[in-house]
Amino acid sequence: MGLNTAPNIPDPDGFYADLLNAHEGLSDDNSIAFNARLILILANHIGDRAVLTEALAAAAKGDTQ
Amino acid sequence: MPLDDRYQLAFKLYPYERSTDQDASAPVRHPVVVVGGGPIGVATALDLGLQGIPVVLLDDHEGVGQGSRAICFAKRTLEIAHRYGCGQPMLDKGVIWNLGKVFHDDRQVYEFNLLPEQGHRYPAFINLQQPYFERFLVDRVREAQAQDAPIDLRGKNRVQAVEVKDDHVVLDITTPDGPYRIEADWLIGCDGASSPLRKMMGLDFEGRVFEDNFLIADITMKADFPTERWFWFEPHFKSGDSALLHKQPDGVWRIDFQLGWDIDRKEELKEENIRRRLDAMLGPDVDYELVWTSIYTFQCRRMKRFRHGRVIFAGDAAHQVSPFGARGANSGIQDVDNLGWKLGLVLNEKAPHSLLDSYDAERRYGADENILNSSRSTDFITPKSKISHVFRNVVLDLAEHHAFARPLVNSGRLSVPCVYDGFPLNTPDALPGGPARTRPGAPCPDAPLGQGFLLDHLGRDFVLLGVGADVQDQLEVDGMTLRGLSVPADADIADRYLGEASGAVYLIRPDQHVAARWPAFDEDLVRAALARAIGKD
Repeated sequence: MGLNTAPNIPDPDGFYADLLNAHEGLSDDNSIAFNARLILILANHIGDRAVLTEALAAAAKGDTQ
Repeated sequence: MPLDDRYQLAFKLYPYERSTDQDASAPVRHPVVVVGGGPIGVATALDLGLQGIPVVLLDDHEGVGQGSRAICFAKRTLEIAHRYGCGQPMLDKGVIWNLGKVFHDDRQVYEFNLLPEQGHRYPAFINLQQPYFERFLVDRVREAQAQDAPIDLRGKNRVQAVEVKDDHVVLDITTPDGPYRIEADWLIGCDGASSPLRKMMGLDFEGRVFEDNFLIADITMKADFPTERWFWFEPHFKSGDSALLHKQPDGVWRIDFQLGWDIDRKEELKEENIRRRLDAMLGPDVDYELVWTSIYTFQCRRMKRFRHGRVIFAGDAAHQVSPFGARGANSGIQDVDNLGWKLGLVLNEKAPHSLLDSYDAERRYGADENILNSSRSTDFITPKSKISHVFRNVVLDLAEHHAFARPLVNSGRLSVPCVYDGFPLNTPDALPGGPARTRPGAPCPDAPLGQGFLLDHLGRDFVLLGVGADVQDQLEVDGMTLRGLSVPADADIADRYLGEASGAVYLIRPDQHVAARWPAFDEDLVRAALARAIGKD
C-alpha cells in the first residue's frame, strides 16, 4: 500500500489543537527539535520504507512552491 | 443618567409608551420580565407569550440597532423561528449559499460545498442582516399580541438597579417619564455581551481575549461575484491578514479584514482608509458604496453559571464567542429554545424549579462546545506563534494537492445544534440499531411528511412519535397531555429515525430534542421517561 493522502485522522480539529498545544511555550529551537522527534517516532511507527520515501517526496514538493 | 440612545436605530419597533405599572401605588408583580430587546430577548418573549405566559420585555432603546452584525443564520435557528411562526419571512428575505472557497495568497486552496441533505424545510444557512432577523421576530410578536398573546414590549425602559430576593426580583426602571419599580417572579437577562444586569449582580464573565481587530465593511456594488463564501488567508491584495467576502440581501456584500492588534482605530475607520483596502481587494474598476463599517474585537468567555436563583441569563449575556462559525446569535436562539418550555412548565407548576438547572447544565455544555470550536478557528486564522504560523501555512499548501490536509483547514466550523449526550433529562437509548443522529439528547432532524415536514408536527409540547409503530393519540401523565403522532416509515423518516430498527417510538421534548426512544410503545416506560424529562426523577 502506498502513501495515504486521503483524510485519515478522526477529529482533525482536536488533533490540530493538541499539536499546537504541544508546542505551547517552546522556543523556536525547541519547537524544531520537538518536530524532529515527532517525525522520527511516526516514521518508525509507519515502518514501511517505500511509504517513507513517498512521504519525503510529497513533503519536498511543497517546498518548491 | 439620561436615556440617550447609544446607537442609531435601523427600525423603530417599540416606541416608548407609558405603562399602567408606572401609575400603580405599589410595584406590580409579573411572572417573567426579560431584560434586553435583541434577538434573544425578543425570541424569549415570543416563546413564553405563545405559551400564554405573561411576559414584559424591557429595552433601553426603541427598536433595532443599525449594522448587519450577525449575518449567518443556521438551519436550527430557522427551524426554531418556524416554530415561533416567523421562519418563512426570514427564508424569503435571506440569501442561501452552499459553496465556500478558501484562498491562500493568490491561489485557491480548495472549495467546499455544504451539500445540504435533501428533505429538510430549511437550508443549512442563510445570510440575513441582523436587523431584519430582529424585525421579523418583532413582527411576529405584534401578530401574536393581536391574537391575545400576553407580551408587553417596553421601549426606553432602562433597568437601573435590581434587588434579587429568594422568590422574586425587584427592578428599578428609568423612563422618559421618570422612574418606576416592578417585580418579577423570574428575570431573564438577554442584555448582550456587556450585560449591565450581569454587572449589577457582580457576576463573573471570564475567558480568553483574542488580540486582534477585524474591520467590517458592508458595501453595495455592481460586480459579478457569485453567491459563495470566499475566505483568504494572507491575501495577495494585502488588505488584511485574512479577508472574507459574503453576500447579504439587498445587494449588500459583507467584507471583513483582519487588521492585527496594534491599530489606530479612529484612523482605520476613516473612509479613505477603508476604501484603500477595498480598492486593493476589488480592483480599480469596481464601483461601490459603503453601507456600514465597524471595527470589532472579540473574546471567548462564559459565565460560570447561567442560572442564579430567580435570574437566568441567555445569549451573549451568558456566553460570548469569536464570530468564526456563526455561533453567537445561533447559540443564543438555542438557549431560548431550551429555556422556554422549561420555564413554562415551572410557571404552570407542572415541573419542579430544578428543571431550570437542566437549562443551566445543557446550555453551558452548548456554550463550551461553541467556545471550543470558535477558539480553534480563531487560532487557525490568527496564529499566535511562529510555529503555529508555520503549521497553518503548510496545511494550506498541502491542502492544495492533498485531500488529507483539507479537513485541517479551519476558517470557521459552522454552527450546528449540540447533542445533549448523557444529561439527566435523557433516558438511555433503548432502540437497538437506531441511528446515532437521533439518539437521546439529539435535536430531531427534519424529514418530508405528507405535504409538509416532520418538524411542523413536533415541538411546543411533549410528543410521542411512532415511526412505523402505533402510539396512542394522547396520554395523560401527571396533569400533562402527551400528544401522540404516528407516521409511516417513509424513506427519509426511516433513514433518520429507524436505521436498522423496524419500528420506533420516540419521546420528543418541546424543543424538538429526543428525550427517549424504544422499539415499541410501553406505557410504563413512557411515563417514567416523561417524568425524567421534566426533572421529576
